Amino acid sequence: MAKAHVYKRDHVNTDEIIPARYLNTDDVAELATHCMEDLDTGFMAKCQPGDVIVCGDDFGCGSSREHAVWAIQGAKIGAVIAHSFARIFYRNCINCGFYPIELHGALDKINDGDELAVDYKAGTIDNKTQGTKIEFTPLPDFALEIVNDGGLLEHIVRKK
Amino acid sequence: MSMTITEKILARAAGKDHVKAGELVNANVDMIMCHDVTTPPAISMLKEKGIDKVFDPEKIVVTPDHFQPAKDIKSAELHKRLDSWAKANKLPYYYKLGRAGVCHALLPEQGHIRPGEVIVGGDSHTCTYGAFGAFSTGIGSTDLAAAIATGILWFKVPASMRFTLTGSFSKGVYSKDVILEVIRRIGTDGALYKAMEFVGPALKEMTMEARMTITNMAIEAGGKNGIIGFDETTKAYLDGRLKGKTDYTVFESDADADYVHEDTIDCSALEPMVAFPNLPSNGKPIGECAGEAMDQCYIGSCTNGRIEDLRIAAGIIKGNEVAIRTIVVPATPEIWKQAIDEGLAEIFYDAGCVVSAPTCGACLGGFMGILAEGEKCVSTTNRNFVGRMGHPKSGVYLASPATAAASAVEGKLADPRNYL
Repeated sequence: MAKAHVYKRDHVNTDEIIPARYLNTDDVAELATHCMEDLDTGFMAKCQPGDVIVCGDDFGCGSSREHAVWAIQGAKIGAVIAHSFARIFYRNCINCGFYPIELHGALDKINDGDELAVDYKAGTIDNKTQGTKIEFTPLPDFALEIVNDGGLLEHIVRKK
Repeated sequence: MSMTITEKILARAAGKDHVKAGELVNANVDMIMCHDVTTPPAISMLKEKGIDKVFDPEKIVVTPDHFQPAKDIKSAELHKRLDSWAKANKLPYYYKLGRAGVCHALLPEQGHIRPGEVIVGGDSHTCTYGAFGAFSTGIGSTDLAAAIATGILWFKVPASMRFTLTGSFSKGVYSKDVILEVIRRIGTDGALYKAMEFVGPALKEMTMEARMTITNMAIEAGGKNGIIGFDETTKAYLDGRLKGKTDYTVFESDADADYVHEDTIDCSALEPMVAFPNLPSNGKPIGECAGEAMDQCYIGSCTNGRIEDLRIAAGIIKGNEVAIRTIVVPATPEIWKQAIDEGLAEIFYDAGCVVSAPTCGACLGGFMGILAEGEKCVSTTNRNFVGRMGHPKSGVYLASPATAAASAVEGKLADPRNYL
């Protein structure tokens, strides 16, 4: 069951998601061990595959380092839900085939530790702990196509 | 149909007569910037897909900068991957150690930035090049791989915000203070997905170096690109400097173009600004924060590591002894040489500063000036997020080269106007 890790913060930035001191590698497994390290040093210890990160506005602001997305994917995070995303991070997610879930008011609807089930097709989050069903803004079609193809390069290769 | 300069450039690159904000376009990319952190993964992705050709070697500039000279074995491996790829593809604009520099200072200096072009780079501060009337934006490694292979990327045409810069700069106030004030006003996501267009009479007083400091930090307000129109100052900078293609197209916004936000900054009313940890939007006028004790001063980066910045800093430091560790990082080899030729390096040495080789270094917490727990650094860089320059419990205070230099002399945040 996917558990929510809620950080009541705006502007969680790429330096917190994957600090630059680890950018001397692009090994995903290694990056994953440092995922969210400067926001919460205990994150990787408590995070289980499929768990969900929930934050406020402007998630992923700062650097263009795709390492931030790779660290999250490598840590087997099921989803990132945020009120809004910074532009480059959002684009990097789509390019990596990772669906960024934009949900205004997420911090009011999801508490730390809530059990969630995300239905991407329906565009809903089932909050099993609170017994609520939450709708989120679905990705635009062109972006969904890239995500469904598994990322931008796969998308380009497939189209050729 | 009226358009902004950003819309006109994207329309031209997409082969269309007209585009409007919100529209998705496939645009031809005119120039790609590649460095040592985000390009090696892009190269690996292409290899994995069996793509070994670049779309146009003339449209790629490569420079290691973040961790160069290699700071450890892992970064040396990144440099090795970058090096063998650049050589295998016979890239004509590959700047190796000795000619390599902080990318956003190096590319304009070496004549790779042309007005009216679409420029992308695997680095968020790629928005710097907008100072030349180009559309320029930062991308991640996958986009970079796609651009290198195909020369085409999709873009959502951004809505534009217009910032009119008026008045005259008073002594001790610089373009860094202008952009810190803009970000203070709109916040770090105030320009999310948008183009930030800077216009107004105060631009006439700004050199290209000063303008680049403004567009460089558009990303710190969440902007997709920062842009300043072409004028005589742009032309004078470009004349005789451009490498390869020397012709370019100048675009300007129509008088009745649409803007989603308008603001005016009276430069004559500005004070030197300092952005406190941990957001670039935490700007305070120096009058409200002078006296805060610092442990280190860092003068460098793609924001403020150009020769003009070093001259300003040296002018204040000259004849004084710095009270805290002070690291001066000329952004490119040419700037490094100028700093020596002009006697700036000697001024820094005499004052007790260290002058390093060109590198992004400690700006992003890489190396060459990392902070310990609890330490504070006044820095001419662009970001002051948690742990940006070292320990997660260290703090970065963003300021102009003048404010940083005055603070180095006093060992605490200080008003540069007392030294001018």
